[in-house]
Amino acid sequence: MLEETILAGFGGQGVLMMGKLLAQAAMEEGTSATWLPSYGPEMRGGTANCIVVLSDDEIGSPVSEKYDTVVAMNQPSLQKFESKVRPGGTLLINKSIVPIKTSRNDVNTYYVEANDIAESECGTNRSANVVMLGALQSVRQKLKPDSIEKAIAHAFESKGQNVIDANLKAFAAGMNAIDARETATP
Amino acid sequence: MPAKMQLTKGNEALAMGAIAGGCDCFFGYPITPQNEVPEVLSYELPKRGRVFVQAESEVASINMVYGAAAAGKRAMTSSSSPGVSLMMEGLSYIACAELPCLIVNVMRGGPGLGSITPSQGDYFQACKGGGHGDYHSIVLAPWNVQEMYEFPALAFELADRYRCPAMLLADGVLGAMMEPAEISDDAPPPNVPEKPWATNGRNGRAHKNVVNSLVIDPYGLRDHNLKLQAKYKAMECETRWDTRDVDDAEILVVAYGISARLALSGCKLARKQGIKAGLLRPITLFPFPSKQIAECATNKKRILVVELSAGQMVEDVRLAVNGKVPVDFYGEMGGVIPSPAEVCEKIVEAAR
Repeated sequence: MLEETILAGFGGQGVLMMGKLLAQAAMEEGTSATWLPSYGPEMRGGTANCIVVLSDDEIGSPVSEKYDTVVAMNQPSLQKFESKVRPGGTLLINKSIVPIKTSRNDVNTYYVEANDIAESECGTNRSANVVMLGALQSVRQKLKPDSIEKAIAHAFESKGQNVIDANLKAFAAGMNAIDARETATP
Repeated sequence: MPAKMQLTKGNEALAMGAIAGGCDCFFGYPITPQNEVPEVLSYELPKRGRVFVQAESEVASINMVYGAAAAGKRAMTSSSSPGVSLMMEGLSYIACAELPCLIVNVMRGGPGLGSITPSQGDYFQACKGGGHGDYHSIVLAPWNVQEMYEFPALAFELADRYRCPAMLLADGVLGAMMEPAEISDDAPPPNVPEKPWATNGRNGRAHKNVVNSLVIDPYGLRDHNLKLQAKYKAMECETRWDTRDVDDAEILVVAYGISARLALSGCKLARKQGIKAGLLRPITLFPFPSKQIAECATNKKRILVVELSAGQMVEDVRLAVNGKVPVDFYGEMGGVIPSPAEVCEKIVEAAR
């Protein structure tokens, strides 16, 4: 298994955290993982992103030319990274705040109302990232859901049980966010 | 608490590795992309009764390292390319004075102020001296977060053994990336050898210890240089390297640090296309694994050297094989990271 993913969004949307949760969950399972944040001369209000590579073999490069999955939490991220999805790969788009559709017709695209689901499930859109992680889990399934749940508990340990529970709820909601009827394209 | 697997950033692992390696004192000045190193050390060192100083400049930092090393302490600094350039005068003094210490360079794009993105453009500076005069530092090149943690201790140990500066040459990717690594928050203190030459008080000795880098008599300085050169020769037994799939390879890729990671993936892609490619990764860049490369290259069709530079280590690889195997080069500069697919393309070209 070699799974290469880009997670991108506005600074503050928690895309780096999404990546860390994936890498932490992989570590729980004894799977190799790398997490590489973008740290270039980024602008305030611009896009933040990270690249996560998962493999059951030794990982060479932490970057790739094309990716199995791109998660776009906002419109600039979609425009910047939709070309990076491998043909036949997966594109997840945060429909709540991205008003456009992808121009790709050779990838599996899922439109997820991540902010709205987070709002209705947890009363705040701050866990939209974890909702999206749930959606990602439901369509890629490279890791076990309970490893990600463990990673969530580990990551939010210092913030208390309420925050952990809210994020677990967001993750569960995300796992159910995509149903067969909504797999819009191709 | 025993070492446990933790998802850790390269720079943070390096800082914890320095602590595990018995670092008594850190002197440094902030610069991207290594800022997590002083950040972590700024609270982890004082907690343990050790010294952290944010100096007023890189020049001050390296001279503080000089002083602390002279006093027999395990001293280090950390910086990135332009900052390390500023330290070169002090490093030359430290090498002449035969003092052990650790200098970390988390390389970024150059020349000049350059960029903050990853690069390997400082190989010449690290391995060929960098400052003035005929000297070398031991140079270690980690390629993953685990080695970012382990190499500071190794660097201190080798520096003490040969009484010379050791440099840890990483880059912006290794500093910023996270990987699972086995890290201990309270490793047992390492065995530090006696330093009877240290200027830490007379302690009942009949003579005063003097640390100096001025040898004004030409014959005296020649003899001191001969002594240094003999030491550099003796270090060859410390050469370290690593290989992947080289035995049946027709194309040998030679790369260090993050380039070796890109190259490893490139080799795997090439093998999927039926081209047998293998990787040799120098771990010590000085002493350089010349013999090992020459030996490994004997039955190879071509060598491809991959670096994030215009071609620096490739010169040492060419010297190592001495024309017996053709050596190609692929490099990117300025913080551009080639993808494994691009490395694979170059392997395919070499195999043609």
